[in-house]
Amino acid sequence: MRFQFINMMGRVLLHFFQATGALGIFGAKTLYHCFVPPFYGKAFLRQLIEIGFYSLPVVALTTLFAGMVIALQTYTGFAQISAEGAVSLVVLIAVTRELAPVMAGLMVAGRIGAAMAAELGTMRVTEQIDALVTLSTNPFKYLIAPRVLAGVLMMPVLVFIGDILGVCGGYLIGVYKLEFNATTYLMNTWEYLKPMDIVSGLTKAAVFGFIITLMGCYNGFYSKGGAQGVGRATTNAVVSASILILIFNYILTELFFNV
Amino acid sequence: MAFFKRVKQPLIPKIKLSGVSKSFGSKNVLSGVDLEIFPGESVVIIGGSGTGKSVTLKCILGLLTPDAGRVEIDGVDLAAASTVQAETLRAQIGMLFQSGALFDSLNVWENVAFSLLQNQKMSRRQAREIALQKLAQVGLSAEAAEVYPADLSGGMKKRVGLARAIATNPNVIFFDEPTTGLDPIMSDVINDLIVSTVKTLGATALTITHDMSSARKIADRIAMLYQGKIIWTGTVKELDKTDNPYVRQFVAGSAEGPIQMDLKA
Repeated sequence: MRFQFINMMGRVLLHFFQATGALGIFGAKTLYHCFVPPFYGKAFLRQLIEIGFYSLPVVALTTLFAGMVIALQTYTGFAQISAEGAVSLVVLIAVTRELAPVMAGLMVAGRIGAAMAAELGTMRVTEQIDALVTLSTNPFKYLIAPRVLAGVLMMPVLVFIGDILGVCGGYLIGVYKLEFNATTYLMNTWEYLKPMDIVSGLTKAAVFGFIITLMGCYNGFYSKGGAQGVGRATTNAVVSASILILIFNYILTELFFNV
Repeated sequence: MAFFKRVKQPLIPKIKLSGVSKSFGSKNVLSGVDLEIFPGESVVIIGGSGTGKSVTLKCILGLLTPDAGRVEIDGVDLAAASTVQAETLRAQIGMLFQSGALFDSLNVWENVAFSLLQNQKMSRRQAREIALQKLAQVGLSAEAAEVYPADLSGGMKKRVGLARAIATNPNVIFFDEPTTGLDPIMSDVINDLIVSTVKTLGATALTITHDMSSARKIADRIAMLYQGKIIWTGTVKELDKTDNPYVRQFVAGSAEGPIQMDLKA
């Protein structure tokens, strides 16, 4: 019984190291192909539009409502200690440092990570990836590098827009529901605005963009076993990207705001 | 007249497999495949399902790395070649996949012209012209050129796949089960197309199939794969005369004989 347990633990550990190693090699290969020609401009442009433009409504809505709810909750909490004035500051910090990047990351992981895993997975099981190789086109350059590069570039843009909308959400609730003075609210927000808050959020966004696209591509690229395999790849891509986003969010916060 | 006597050059094989082995986990798929294919020759590998035909093809194409043995194309080992060398070598190779493997994000002519557009950086107009020529060669009109692969029938997909395989005028073409899933008439049309395109290009061809009528039509030479090894090679004429019990059973399509199907899952 004890040996069985040790056996199982060993197997799990070995599997973990194997998967981490494979992902590491995949990531390194992807980075290499991002910077070494030939580049496929059209494929890259398509991904920029797919990730950046088409994710905009989802990210905009989630960050707007996140900003609104933070304003509401901060008020109910802070009013008890007569610190309602801090609402604008809390909204600003919460949105730019945490909410916009994490919400946008999770939303894009659901939208883009899943789509990438499903698309590449289907290409794998229908031999389209093999066909690319026989047409002397490196799948890392044609399929993966454009997706990862577009993810790293577009996520900060999305989060920047999310920052603005999140703060707007806070303003709407602050001014129209909680009846703060509009000018004071805006002045406070502007006064407390620190470049570091924005920069840290955008850096997180770029890292999350890398995680989402890498997990989507990795799971799709190595999917096997027909329709079921593609389904599994899609689930794994979204779940692993979401978990990694939350883990890296904590690590990056530690690094940026070492308290 | 010794002066005029030609020194007979030994013919160098275009594709050479020596001792190629491949296993997946504990399952031994190929256990020492030896095969030589000479320039301009059309070889067909026959064998039952699960005998390793596709794995052999993938090893030759470099999509799988053999555990042991060597695969040489023009004397170059594809597995040991540098990326640039491998890509140059692959540029001379065309491949028709079993399901067509057409890119569903591109329309028919963009599929055919893929290599011309992406690798040779040809202008779209010029690439389209060549694609239309190749499509005409496989009996498809210009109207079909704008259609997306999802809207094509199985036979048309094969034709487009064939047009894509010959778009860059390769000197080696591989065919993976070219007639599987097609009706007998369409199978014969595809067989004819394969014979004519290979002849026109003067290419070396390797086909894997379990369709004997297809094999008879396409092959200059037939090789039979059984239990991970080439157990017989010969011409179509020799195929009918052979007393090899495995080949006879396969050609006759009989359940009785030395080849026993493993019915266990």
